[in-house]
Amino acid sequence: MNGAARTRVSAALFRRPWLRAGLLLSGPTAWFVLIYLGALFLLFLSAFWSVDSFSGKIVHSWTLTNFETLFKVSAYRTIALRTIGIAAAVTVTDIVLAVPFAFFAARIASRRLQAALFVAVLIPLWSSYLVRVFAWRLILAKEGVLNWFLGQVGLGSVNIGYSNWAMWIVFSYIWLPFMILPVWAAIERVPESLIEASADLGARGWRSFRSVLLPLILPGILAGSIFTFSLTLGDFITPTLVGGAGSTFIGNVVYQEVGISNNVPFAAAFATVPLVIMGIYLLVARRLGAFEAL
Amino acid sequence: MRLAKIDWALAGVLGVMTIGVSACGSSSSSSSNLPTKIGNGEGQLNLVAWEGYAQPEWVKPFEKATGCQVHAKYAGSSDEMVTLMRQGGGSTYDMVSASGDASLRLISGGNVAAMNVNLVPEWKNFIPQLQSPGHNTVKGVHYGISLQWGPNTLLYNSKVVKPAPTSWEAIYSPKYKGAITVPANPIQIADAALYLSKTRPSLGITDPYELTEAQLGAAVSLLKQQRPLIKKYWTAAADEVELFKNGDAVIGAAWPLQANNLEADKVPVGELIPTQGATGWADTWMLAAHAKHPNCAYKWVNWVSTPKVQAEQAISFGETPANTKACAFMEQIKKGSCTKYHANAPSAYFQSIKFWKTPVKNCGNGKEDCTDYSVWQRKWTEITA
Amino acid sequence: MIGSGRWSRIAFAVWAALIMLFLFFPIVIIMLYAFNPSNVQSWPLSGLSTRWFSSTWHNTEVRQALWLSLRAGLLATGVAMLLGTMAAFAVDRFRFFGREAVSLVLVLPIALPGIITGMALNSFISFNSLTFSLLTIVIGHATFCIVTVYNNVLARLRRTQSSLVEASMDLGADGWQTFRYVTLPMIATALVAGGLLAFALSFDEIVVTTFTAGAQNTLPIWIFAHIRNGQQLPQVNVVVLFVILVSLLPVALAQRLTRDTGVLRSGRGAPAPGPARATAAPAIGAGAAP
Repeated sequence: MNGAARTRVSAALFRRPWLRAGLLLSGPTAWFVLIYLGALFLLFLSAFWSVDSFSGKIVHSWTLTNFETLFKVSAYRTIALRTIGIAAAVTVTDIVLAVPFAFFAARIASRRLQAALFVAVLIPLWSSYLVRVFAWRLILAKEGVLNWFLGQVGLGSVNIGYSNWAMWIVFSYIWLPFMILPVWAAIERVPESLIEASADLGARGWRSFRSVLLPLILPGILAGSIFTFSLTLGDFITPTLVGGAGSTFIGNVVYQEVGISNNVPFAAAFATVPLVIMGIYLLVARRLGAFEAL
Repeated sequence: MRLAKIDWALAGVLGVMTIGVSACGSSSSSSSNLPTKIGNGEGQLNLVAWEGYAQPEWVKPFEKATGCQVHAKYAGSSDEMVTLMRQGGGSTYDMVSASGDASLRLISGGNVAAMNVNLVPEWKNFIPQLQSPGHNTVKGVHYGISLQWGPNTLLYNSKVVKPAPTSWEAIYSPKYKGAITVPANPIQIADAALYLSKTRPSLGITDPYELTEAQLGAAVSLLKQQRPLIKKYWTAAADEVELFKNGDAVIGAAWPLQANNLEADKVPVGELIPTQGATGWADTWMLAAHAKHPNCAYKWVNWVSTPKVQAEQAISFGETPANTKACAFMEQIKKGSCTKYHANAPSAYFQSIKFWKTPVKNCGNGKEDCTDYSVWQRKWTEITA
Repeated sequence: MIGSGRWSRIAFAVWAALIMLFLFFPIVIIMLYAFNPSNVQSWPLSGLSTRWFSSTWHNTEVRQALWLSLRAGLLATGVAMLLGTMAAFAVDRFRFFGREAVSLVLVLPIALPGIITGMALNSFISFNSLTFSLLTIVIGHATFCIVTVYNNVLARLRRTQSSLVEASMDLGADGWQTFRYVTLPMIATALVAGGLLAFALSFDEIVVTTFTAGAQNTLPIWIFAHIRNGQQLPQVNVVVLFVILVSLLPVALAQRLTRDTGVLRSGRGAPAPGPARATAAPAIGAGAAP
């Protein structure tokens, strides 16, 4: 293309914003609709099908059997409630851990320390998730590191390896950076003057935090919670590695149904549980401004 | 028209996950187009194997001798093996070391091809029961070459568990509550059934893989009682090794591999086949219907069938070789190992093991009143939830 | 105000120190067990051995897995940078139907449990009868990486004025020149920061990858296989130790980039959205890490 033609094309594009918008959007849209959304839709359509137990082939007639099984068999309720419960507990734990840390990092630490803390929070994200989970097995094992330290200081021992307690600790550990970063950013964004003003007006410590800082950083907390909650909700590797008997997650069942039993319709039906929960969660979070803080 | 199209699309979408993609049908399994000689290797071989079945000890020399680079993917259960072999239309992996509860599923799904046993000279030296066993030979057509076999054993920490257990009861009683581990595998129901067949004869269980609704119910309720006693359902042999090593488990159902690894790590363990007998496995190297590297695959089965490699694998894993000539090599590697791993045991020992097979509706008595494997899987999820 | 008293400052500092301990204790354990003489991990170490370093170095599987992960990460990052930037420009510069939904849709592959994203991608791949290969891994990774680039670039665009572009066009520059000399320099650091995150994400991903990879192993898949079968466990630690050391480079780069653009509180009382967003970006980025 010669220079003149190029200018002509640019000018044409510049005069027709819809054309530019269309061109810009075509790539991402095509990618998402074709590769992801279409497949996602078809996948969930299959939740209303069933698998012929004899041939193992999918029967394409509408049925609610999968959902009936989910409701009737108490085991699936137990699994769903356990998954949601632990995801919620992990989210709350991470908020409690992250907020004071982020406050320190954003408001108290020196510039140099801030930079160091930033790198320190990022490093775990670059080191293998699997191996960090695996390291916890050794820490929490009966004759593991934790009990060894407790024994050294004469505190006896705890028996929490391979249990839901272990999962709670490990999930909180793994997803903590995802909470710290948006909360840190949110605290940084709060104008100093606002907090000073609240102090001037006589608000102290807790009160100032609750009524001034908290509402301002809520979008950041929500943004972090999307990840801590969703990532826990959909995991199946951590339960396999550090969970015990009775640590089955929705993800484990879905993975087994797809990867081991070949029952895609049932897997899709069970997967609607986290899908619906996250759908609602995302809509609420967006309304509360979490997406601006992502 | 529109409906039909959508339907076709949906079928396609789910194709890979669906059992037995019909295109992989039985055309390749007719014996007429069996290879008559082994050509040059393709330079690569992708295996789905049990842990410990592709040890550098015999893989490295194989690679050197044939130029076939081995990529092994370890699977933790028969179900996982079946799924892996169906992945990507069945052309991702060349061979699988299938146990008896996977082999027939793979054959009926059209996922594996017939093999020419005449291209594996050592096959003639196999124990008679493993030359053409029902789990890999259908109507005289061989779908693979037998490999090794062995029992699922009771493993215990000999320092903690005293006196040494003699019965499977040890993993169902609260004595070692919170320190018991068993495999995370629906086929574990058969172990409970085997135990019940001896301890509650009134149930009338004759074969632990052929259970009526009532018999399955009894096994399931036994396993549900066992569930609070369990520390962890292990998904890989290494899981169990770590559980024993770090004191989290002191007794459990195991493969001999775990005992070997723990002994090597100086953990005091004992291992036995309890009085009620044991379930077990008889494994077969099977060739994928759409294998991309069939020549390397034939070279591989020949390699692992030689007495020396058979002996190495038997000792490394703690199982019994199919090749009767392996005994002498086992004695060379480790004195007494031939007897320890039953390589010279009478055929009655082989008969005493209840080898894994896939539960089906038809119990062989003409009636269709048994519970099939999909029911077992569902029940297993309920037990372990 | 909060944290102004001496004691409360000390309390915050102690808390931060404890969090650091929590974050790094397992990583220290990982590094320590690269020297474990035994295959099985147990505490305390029975000795120290460096034999795994040479065996890892000579392990061709590790090299292949590392190489595959690098290629997949780079390609996926490339695709994500292209598509993410396009989407960010469209959303920032134009009003169109469904604009509000773009962020929501782009974040879905990360915000939905990985297992769902994996299943959907798996359906797509088999529907099109693609062979499971590097290509399918890249397709999967790019899908959930787009949002990291999109977020970073969009944040930057919101802080810059479109009048610059108009001025450039007025001065006779064509679209390409304007992009090359005005727009690109404007978004360059945001693009690189987003790209780094996309790469980090892709490099450590396993859940989606199990549904999109064939017989070849990416590094996380190799790690998972070895954690499970425990044959050469310390090799896994050696590899991770190596990855951590190498990753210090991009992490430091990310820190620099975000600082240059004001991530870490550049000016007092300058609560530009830029800093905040740039710091927050890693959250989204690493979101799909499992």
